[in-house]
Amino acid sequence: MAPLFSRSWPLALRVSVQHARVFPLNFYFDQFVTGLASACSLFLVASGLSIIFGVTRIVNFAHGAFYMLGAYIGFTLTEQFSGAFGFWGAILLAAIVVAAIGTLIEIILLRRIYDAPELFQLLATFGVTLIVEDLALLIWGPNELLGPRAPGLKGAIDLFGLPFPTYDLLLIALGPLVLGLLWLLFRRTTWGVLVRAATQDREMVAALGVNQKWLFTSVFALGVFLAALGGALELPRQSANHTMDLQVITEVLVVVVIGGLGNVLGTFLAAIIVSELNAFGILVFPKISIVLVFLVMALVLIVRPWGLLGRAEAAARAAGGAAILRWRPLAARGRLAVVLALAVLALAPLAVGDYYLTVATEVLIFVLFAASLHFLIGAGGLVSFGHAAYFGLGSYGAALALKQFGLGMEAALIAGPLLGLAGAILFGWFCVRLSGVYFAMLTLAFAQIAWSVAYQWSDVTGGDNGLLGIWPSAWAAAPAHFYWLTLALVAAGIAALRMILFSPFGYSLRALRDSELRAEAIGLERRRIQWISFAIAGGFAALAGALYAFLKGSVFPDNLGIPLSIDGLVMVLLGGVDTVSGGIVGAALYRSLSIWIISHTDYSKLALGLLIVVLVVLFPKGVVGAFESWRARRAPRTGGESS
Amino acid sequence: MSILAVENLGKIYSGFEAVKGVSFALEAGEMLALIGPNGAGKSTCFNLINGQLAPTSGRIHIFGRSTHGMAPRDIGRLGVGRTFQITATFASMTVVENVQMALLAHHRRQWQWNRWAAHYYEEEAARLLALVGMADQAERSCGELAYGDLKRLELAIALANEPKLLLMDEPAAGMAPRERNALMSLTARIAQERTIGVLFTEHDMDVVFEHAQRILVLNRGVLIAEGAPAAVRANPEVQAVYLGAGALYEAKQ
Ligand SMILES: Nc1ncnc2c1ncn2[C@@H]1O[C@H](COP(=O)(O)OP(=O)(O)OP(=O)(O)O)[C@@H](O)[C@H]1O
Ligand SMILES: [Mg+2]
Repeated sequence: MAPLFSRSWPLALRVSVQHARVFPLNFYFDQFVTGLASACSLFLVASGLSIIFGVTRIVNFAHGAFYMLGAYIGFTLTEQFSGAFGFWGAILLAAIVVAAIGTLIEIILLRRIYDAPELFQLLATFGVTLIVEDLALLIWGPNELLGPRAPGLKGAIDLFGLPFPTYDLLLIALGPLVLGLLWLLFRRTTWGVLVRAATQDREMVAALGVNQKWLFTSVFALGVFLAALGGALELPRQSANHTMDLQVITEVLVVVVIGGLGNVLGTFLAAIIVSELNAFGILVFPKISIVLVFLVMALVLIVRPWGLLGRAEAAARAAGGAAILRWRPLAARGRLAVVLALAVLALAPLAVGDYYLTVATEVLIFVLFAASLHFLIGAGGLVSFGHAAYFGLGSYGAALALKQFGLGMEAALIAGPLLGLAGAILFGWFCVRLSGVYFAMLTLAFAQIAWSVAYQWSDVTGGDNGLLGIWPSAWAAAPAHFYWLTLALVAAGIAALRMILFSPFGYSLRALRDSELRAEAIGLERRRIQWISFAIAGGFAALAGALYAFLKGSVFPDNLGIPLSIDGLVMVLLGGVDTVSGGIVGAALYRSLSIWIISHTDYSKLALGLLIVVLVVLFPKGVVGAFESWRARRAPRTGGESS
Repeated sequence: MSILAVENLGKIYSGFEAVKGVSFALEAGEMLALIGPNGAGKSTCFNLINGQLAPTSGRIHIFGRSTHGMAPRDIGRLGVGRTFQITATFASMTVVENVQMALLAHHRRQWQWNRWAAHYYEEEAARLLALVGMADQAERSCGELAYGDLKRLELAIALANEPKLLLMDEPAAGMAPRERNALMSLTARIAQERTIGVLFTEHDMDVVFEHAQRILVLNRGVLIAEGAPAAVRANPEVQAVYLGAGALYEAKQ
């Protein structure tokens, strides 16, 4: 993956950073103007996301994918047509084509899930992202595609002695122009008035008898159009590649968190702020420039939790909806079954070879990871889209303890979880101030920030090359021994999580999810309880991450990447959010399945993306949920139970 | 001394004045009804008193303490129980677990993590459920209860807090008339036994006149009458509000 926020830093800067820390004044000005140019496409994409959210209440994760498609299709079309007319025609046509694709997706997929919890919507649109990524790979191949320069704007002008690309000047003008056009669209057309009314009060529009379906579709089409236009417009500045979707979506999430979801003007301001912070951040923290953006975002969230110009959201929907299944600790028979299963698992090394033992170890590690996420989502209703951050911090903590401080595996297995815990305590403090989609976006943004630090701070983390040679102590080195160690720690972790789940603390967490109003009225401290739960979940995820580092012998930034966070969500969803053991079963199924898929096809993202989409639409209760509902239907007198 | 003293209370919602200059007091063990047509500002008053909303103006003292700037949970901790117009219970838990949760919070056991919650306060929870007549439904899932039963469960939850002040926003809405009377009789009995002051609102006038010792009448955010039931019933201004705005007053069947 390419480094985050590295787009279009002028070459002059990249060179000078290494040589001198004092810059002439005109250099700062040049830097400032470059930041303004970068803000343009960021604003286009973010405003699209914001408009879609305002009306449909969906945070369209696939927005990054549409941005990427805009760039790729724009590339293909600019190859076909020539001349100034051809270039601009191609850019516009690319955006229109992508908007048509988006419309199709809205009609086929999103219409089915408008009323589903946020988790499902975010997951479904993430599934679309995965599908698009692999399709782009199939169609355009793996290499970066260098786009054409804009005809007539290829040169540079002299800006206080520094060359400045004329194309960037055009982008600087384009941002406010689009803002103005959107303003006209929303203020001066009937359609725009409807959109604004729908943003403020959805029920009212339904009552007016407006065809809500097509209003949603048209809004979605406009949002996608803006995203694709943003992508195509970047072609002369940066090459089209396969990582630009996740890269831009993270920036966009930061922008909308700062600006306020659903507010276009706020988005515009925030896009400029974020771009300028990127442009100057590298001067302040050359190695980890992203920290500056993080600090500003944190500051905004403390002062204005809904963003600079955003408005407070109405009470968020509970993640799972009203659960019908009763959560119960295991009864005697269930406990016996668990003991038997553990015995069988412990005896596995006698029966299977090293390859399968390694696979089994990996599956166990992800069972713990998913169980920790399930604790947060299932019990707390806190849908984290960045749980991999704590998994990865656990990995890095363990690896650094081993490499930098020369500690042994035993100490590293403590240091890793401690680092993850510390990260969860820090990030969690901010996250529990928000709820619903804002919470999800902030967790995602934090995870991506952790990822960027791991990626950029190569002196310590090894950057893209990761840290290698993270091997277990001699006594645990044999696959069977490491398997046993993992089994013991995972079993203990899950037992602890279940203990907490059924304790007064776990009940308090569920109480806050079910009814914040009532929970506050009986005296529960929402933020503190959710914060501690966030830390607990992060700590256990980090334990899984530390084990994973020793299993693989290495640590890479991928250990805290968005795909891993999403994997966790899929596991929880596959197992069933509203069940006690959903995370465990889902992880076992999904990890085995994905190991199998990856070893059998080159297009694993396509397969997983389709799986996610199908799952969300057809199977919203998950495997365990479906099983327990089926059992409840067979014995209706006892009512549904989950254990 | 009054357990609840409200002085010159006002609330403005983005330009709309929902409550204006409301003052009243509530004594220990008293049943005080706050009535008024839809939109009069009753729920707003309840939310101001329990800290869910911050007043625009005025003062509130509970048990002699100013509650200025206090969060709902801190006000709850003073010994204030609350039921909501739209019931707020823990839908994923059973009836008895709802009450156990309230008891756990009351006894500040919410941080306990190494023992099953189901083992705490089983008897107290059973007693509270029996008190509100829900003993036979203890094991039912809260999500499948009838609306009237949810209201009774809310009362049990509110009582778990051992309150000295009970705020009940339409405690009997959605119940059959006979049930309403039974619930309010029960509330009155408990209030007397435990000297709890009760502030309640209710649209069924028969219930109000039967159970309230004193009545406050709110109209468009302003208190227009206060006094014993008979006096309030005879008050011409109150009659005008209710008869003149009869259409508004739909809940009375
Ligand atoms: N959050 C809010 N923002 C703006 N106006 C509000 C808000 N909450 C209530 N109102 C308005 O304040 C007025 C009083 O509302 P309130 O809910 O207190 O009335 P009420 O007496 O409880 O009515 P009801 O009998 O229908 O429960 C109403 O006109 C209502 O529309
Ligand atoms: Mg009301």
